[in-house]
Amino acid sequence: MIPAAFDYVVPRTLPEAVAELVKRGQEAKVLAGGHSLIPLMKLRLSTPSFLVDIGRISNLNYIREEDGHVAIGALATHHDIEFSDLLKKKLPLLSGAAAQIGDPQVRNRGTIGGAASHADPFGDFPACLLALDAELKVVGPKGERNIAARDFFVDTFTSALEPDEIVREIRIATPPTGSTGTYLKFSRRSQDWAIVAVAAQVTVSGHNVANVAIGLTGMGSRPLRASGVEQALRGKGAHDEDIRAAAERAAEGTDPPQDLNGSPDYRRHLAQVLTRRALEQITAHH
Amino acid sequence: MRRRVAVTINGTSYEHEVEPRTLLVYYIREQAGLTGTHIGCDTSNCGACTVEIDGHTVKSCTMFAVQADGAQITTIEGLAKGSTLHPLQQAFWDEHGLQCGFCTPGMIMAAKQLLDRNPSPSEREIRLGLEGNLCRCTGYHNIVKAIQAAAKVMAPGAEAKAPASVS
Repeated sequence: MIPAAFDYVVPRTLPEAVAELVKRGQEAKVLAGGHSLIPLMKLRLSTPSFLVDIGRISNLNYIREEDGHVAIGALATHHDIEFSDLLKKKLPLLSGAAAQIGDPQVRNRGTIGGAASHADPFGDFPACLLALDAELKVVGPKGERNIAARDFFVDTFTSALEPDEIVREIRIATPPTGSTGTYLKFSRRSQDWAIVAVAAQVTVSGHNVANVAIGLTGMGSRPLRASGVEQALRGKGAHDEDIRAAAERAAEGTDPPQDLNGSPDYRRHLAQVLTRRALEQITAHH
Repeated sequence: MRRRVAVTINGTSYEHEVEPRTLLVYYIREQAGLTGTHIGCDTSNCGACTVEIDGHTVKSCTMFAVQADGAQITTIEGLAKGSTLHPLQQAFWDEHGLQCGFCTPGMIMAAKQLLDRNPSPSEREIRLGLEGNLCRCTGYHNIVKAIQAAAKVMAPGAEAKAPASVS
């Protein structure tokens, strides 16, 4: 399968890349790892006439901790995130989710900036970024702005990015001591997208849940927070019965799709079960 | 519209003009003439087109040749040293790790990265490491055995060991 013809530019800096996007308008697309865009172009579901390849811009691939935040450059690959010692220690939710994306070859090329910008409601990172209250640093012709994950993911394949904006960095407040997370993904076959997945980050203090955030993949046209579960558990005990009761509320306010992989009811069931398992897994360590 | 692409494949330099939409796998097969890398599904699933670029495996049907400009590429043809097969190739032979053989180049490239990253993987780790490669003969059992055998041969200090004999 051969994509439609396009022209191609390789800017060396982000301002150059933004300038190319401004010049080309809607006909241009940003190419990073290409593991969402190239398959779509091969199927000719996407036929941009111009690609701006940001893959060679230096200083966009990093994972570091600074000022109480973990900062991840847009070109960090899923593999980089999966194997990052910093993330395994501070944000196992994110490194654990990265390890479940696609397959090893895909993880070598796919980038977190690209995955976020693609805004696939079945993608794994969006629900994680939502649960972690991440902030996306975005550059455009008017300079830089920060977009909170809850405002960034708008709809299926639609983010809050303007056509001439590029994600530069993802910032996540370093979770406090006692806070940890996990990503539980349910799919039928390896490599598959999630039918439903749950991103859970919980802060346990003594025997109580000081804070909890649950992100849901595959439960609507964008990643969603299971706010019913969060309300039910925040400040409460972390006993089995509390967790079971809270997890029952995982599908509240969601609008899960119907497709070949499952009905909305099946997805609601999965959201509840995965939420319960995630909470049990996290609190079992305390 | 056409772009000049210079790459090193298995130690040999290649330079060609290509359309930006040329996929790397077509470049490797049709421009460089190295047909060991196969096109299977052409949809990023099957892994038959797996090659190594700057030390990382990729599915070469899901990358444009222009993105590989300047890269060091290793394909299945780059593994043997003269007439001596790479331990993984030898192990696939010894353990009957192939049936029709179509997936084999990609399987071996994926297995090579797996062992580079984890020299003594468990069976589960081998199966997870091959997540991106499909064998439609479903010959996975012997593929896993071949990788286990290769891991033993490739382990540090094991290089003097003779390859298993075929009787």
